[in-house]
Amino acid sequence: MNLFVEIFSNMFAAAALAVLVSMALALFRAFIGPTVFDRILAVNTTGTLTVVLIAVYGFLDGRPEFLDIALLYALINFIGTVAVTKYVKFESQGFSGKAPSDGDL
Amino acid sequence: MIAIALLLFMAASAFWLVRLRNLFAVVMLSGVYSLFAAALYLVMDAVDVAFTEAAVGAGISTVLMLSTLALTSRTEKSHNKLSVMPLLLVFITGGVLVYGTFDMPRYGDINAPIHQHVANHYIEKSAAEVGPPNIVTSILASYRGFDTLGETAVVFTAAIGVLAILGRVKGQGMSTSRVAYRRKEDVEEENKEDDKAVSDKKETTS
Repeated sequence: MNLFVEIFSNMFAAAALAVLVSMALALFRAFIGPTVFDRILAVNTTGTLTVVLIAVYGFLDGRPEFLDIALLYALINFIGTVAVTKYVKFESQGFSGKAPSDGDL
Repeated sequence: MIAIALLLFMAASAFWLVRLRNLFAVVMLSGVYSLFAAALYLVMDAVDVAFTEAAVGAGISTVLMLSTLALTSRTEKSHNKLSVMPLLLVFITGGVLVYGTFDMPRYGDINAPIHQHVANHYIEKSAAEVGPPNIVTSILASYRGFDTLGETAVVFTAAIGVLAILGRVKGQGMSTSRVAYRRKEDVEEENKEDDKAVSDKKETTS
């Protein structure tokens, strides 16, 4: 049983390491990304990886309650991405449609 | 180790934030920076601060910055002159701040003043002195009651301000700003449609 626990905690550590490495790669793309879409994708990926990292860290640290916080981060990440794509499409955050309430976030 | 990696990511993002001249990329990167900061706070057990950082730093301020970008230009004017005085000032300020941290208690130190001063009193006596089983509730509502009252007043004022700016009845809209925010293409399209309608009318009448 003890060995089982140890192996699994090591697996979480390995997962955390993998997430950190892919985070670095996504961040690199966000730095150099020539087009807007590279950057949006890279930032969104970084956000998702942060969510995963928080979840994995919660299990690694023996506090699975961190899952709730990871959920909140996922929500914020989504709202941010919607706002960014809206900016790219309409160059504005509201009143972009013909009707006054068309473009509200 | 995760904390160190996150700090490295933050440093790298901050460096590129300064280097980049494309303001859209800068806004995106500042969102990423805030996200890393929030994750770092979480790893260091400050969950409430991490919540605030993620909601305000990564969420709302990115949206606000993008709205601002929509009204201004997309790139920053570049100037390559190296100014020595500000750089020196920044280094001195940073050095003083780092020097200040030497006096702080170590991270997680049980003998730190914050764990010795009134915390023990709250933990031992709050149930008898105030009542609620939740210590945080009795601290916020009783021991720091006036502080909480002031905070509530600040939040209330901010909410009134936001409502005064943004609040509007659905369907009525704000006529002037609606025209200002309309896209150029939409206006042109509308004009075209109007022209077409007028010419159609002419054809039918003739």
